[in-house]
Amino acid sequence: MSQTITPAAIRKTLTLRATPEKAFEVFTSGIGGWWPKTHYIGDSPLVTAVIEPGVGGRWYGVHENGTQSEWGDVLAWEPPSRIVLAWRITGEWGYDPKLLTEVEANFTAAGDGETRVDFEHRGLERFGDSEAAIRTRAMMDGGWGLILDSFKTVVGG
Amino acid sequence: MTNALTFAALADPTRREVFERLARGPLAVGDLAQGMPVSRPAVSQHLKVLKEAGLVTDRPDGTRRVYQIDPQGLGQIRAWLDRFWDVALDAFKAEVERAAKESTDKEKGQP
Repeated sequence: MSQTITPAAIRKTLTLRATPEKAFEVFTSGIGGWWPKTHYIGDSPLVTAVIEPGVGGRWYGVHENGTQSEWGDVLAWEPPSRIVLAWRITGEWGYDPKLLTEVEANFTAAGDGETRVDFEHRGLERFGDSEAAIRTRAMMDGGWGLILDSFKTVVGG
Repeated sequence: MTNALTFAALADPTRREVFERLARGPLAVGDLAQGMPVSRPAVSQHLKVLKEAGLVTDRPDGTRRVYQIDPQGLGQIRAWLDRFWDVALDAFKAEVERAAKESTDKEKGQP
């Protein structure tokens, strides 16, 4: 039985009391200052996050044990108005260079020194295509065996 | 992907039965309710909770709505990312405004 689900893109709009130049700068070179350190992949706690400037630049995490974890790369670099990043972290929290989901932020001057940010994370249906996802599904006997098993463990049923 | 929301959605035994019936194949509400000890509106309510947890999706089929499980768990990934970006973008906004204020204060010669 083949079923395809296409989840809608995640969209957020926010208004900042700052110029587009400042917003772009903090989003990119200042990402270490706002990325939630509670969210990282791998075993070692996150020290900071980095987006290298320019198309093809790496997007990665730096960890306490000195290692780096790849997250993706820069697909479009148009300061101060637009950046597109490839998010290549799978639904199983691993890096897969063949996975492409896109994170885009547009910064537009909104008057009074404010900036509107239009944010989108799209291509989420591709999370279902990654090798890891396919492997996991194959193990999960139709997709839900494992979830139901863990559920039974949690509720002690 | 397992998370607290998923487990909460499946904690109710009737809801879990609805989910397990759907795991065998897509069904409309009326077909789902047949042979279950609860009313059709109650089944609809359970479906609503399962849908919000990203466990099932629905699509129109003529005048009916057909429900099916999300075979790839994409709904859960989406729900997780949606919450994650709310947190991350709140932190981004706070950091931008802090940095912008710092620059302005510097221009005015304030500490």
